[in-house]
Amino acid sequence: MKVTIKLFATFRTGRFGEETRDYNPGITVGDILTELNLPSEEIGATLINHRHVEEDQQLQEDDILSIFPLVGGG
Amino acid sequence: MEEVRSFLRKQAEGDLLPWKQQVFASTFFGLTIGQVEKIALELGFLPSRYQRNRNTISVSDQLRIFKTHVAVIGCGGLGGYIVEELTRLGIGHITAVDPDVFEEHNLNRQLYSSPEMLGKPKVEAAQKRVTEINPAVTLTPLKCAFSTLNGVDILQNVDIVVDALDSITVRLELSDICSEAKIPLVHGAIGGWYGQVSTQFPGEDTLQKIYSRATNGKGVEKGLGNPSFTPAVIASLQVAEVCKIIIGQGSTLAKRKLHINLLDMEIIEIQY
Repeated sequence: MKVTIKLFATFRTGRFGEETRDYNPGITVGDILTELNLPSEEIGATLINHRHVEEDQQLQEDDILSIFPLVGGG
Repeated sequence: MEEVRSFLRKQAEGDLLPWKQQVFASTFFGLTIGQVEKIALELGFLPSRYQRNRNTISVSDQLRIFKTHVAVIGCGGLGGYIVEELTRLGIGHITAVDPDVFEEHNLNRQLYSSPEMLGKPKVEAAQKRVTEINPAVTLTPLKCAFSTLNGVDILQNVDIVVDALDSITVRLELSDICSEAKIPLVHGAIGGWYGQVSTQFPGEDTLQKIYSRATNGKGVEKGLGNPSFTPAVIASLQVAEVCKIIIGQGSTLAKRKLHINLLDMEIIEIQY
């Protein structure tokens, strides 16, 4: 199944901004974070189709997964 | 007090109260500028300094703004701009909390920093500035670090809290204390070209969701630092949220977060 991944802010560096990839059904947000070498503690938000989801969320065909880094400065 | 009202009625120009008359009333009747401002607004007179607000903020809304007590937690990059804009908006009472003094690495972005202010407390600089630009506003400076030990006391009698902290850990503590005290919290955070804004009302847990994975108290700002423009953008969005909470207009960022990317000029809405 096809899933579009959008990376934001510093996560684009050395990776990509947007890519559509093929995955087997049952793949989770956490699996994709691991594949992209994005450490859990650096993640600010993971969204599927603009809605906040946790790492155990499974993806469906044509989902758009957006991944943002943590922002904490003031 | 009737004498003061009578004086203001005579000196008002249309529905505007000129600054000169506000100062005169303050001196003549032995009142603070803020006390005169409150009486004028209650009579339906708008201090002339707010005349360009009037088609956005009514006189009755300006009175609600004046009666509001806002706490700004953190007085660095975000906090300086937030204090400035709240003061010009006409918030009657601001409590500013920050333990730090200005250092050289603050000079690229912190509004109240300057070479001559190096070594001076940030909250004192904020108080000095507020007195200069809008003497009707009372700023209470608290030179201390916000924590679970003093948080409840600091937020006594506060109506709205603005998060301008630089630590995720302390933010989450602030969020808990605001929830407990049933105070709305306007969250902002910055790092490099990026920033985010959200508003959490009592009973919501947006901050816990935003930072559910955070373990070390810092985000991208640790590597990127912060340039001059990012705090100004995010602080302004936070103050717009404060204004809407007070006057009850428009749509706030409740259960939503805006992620702002100034490098590519993208604004993404995230729903929680």
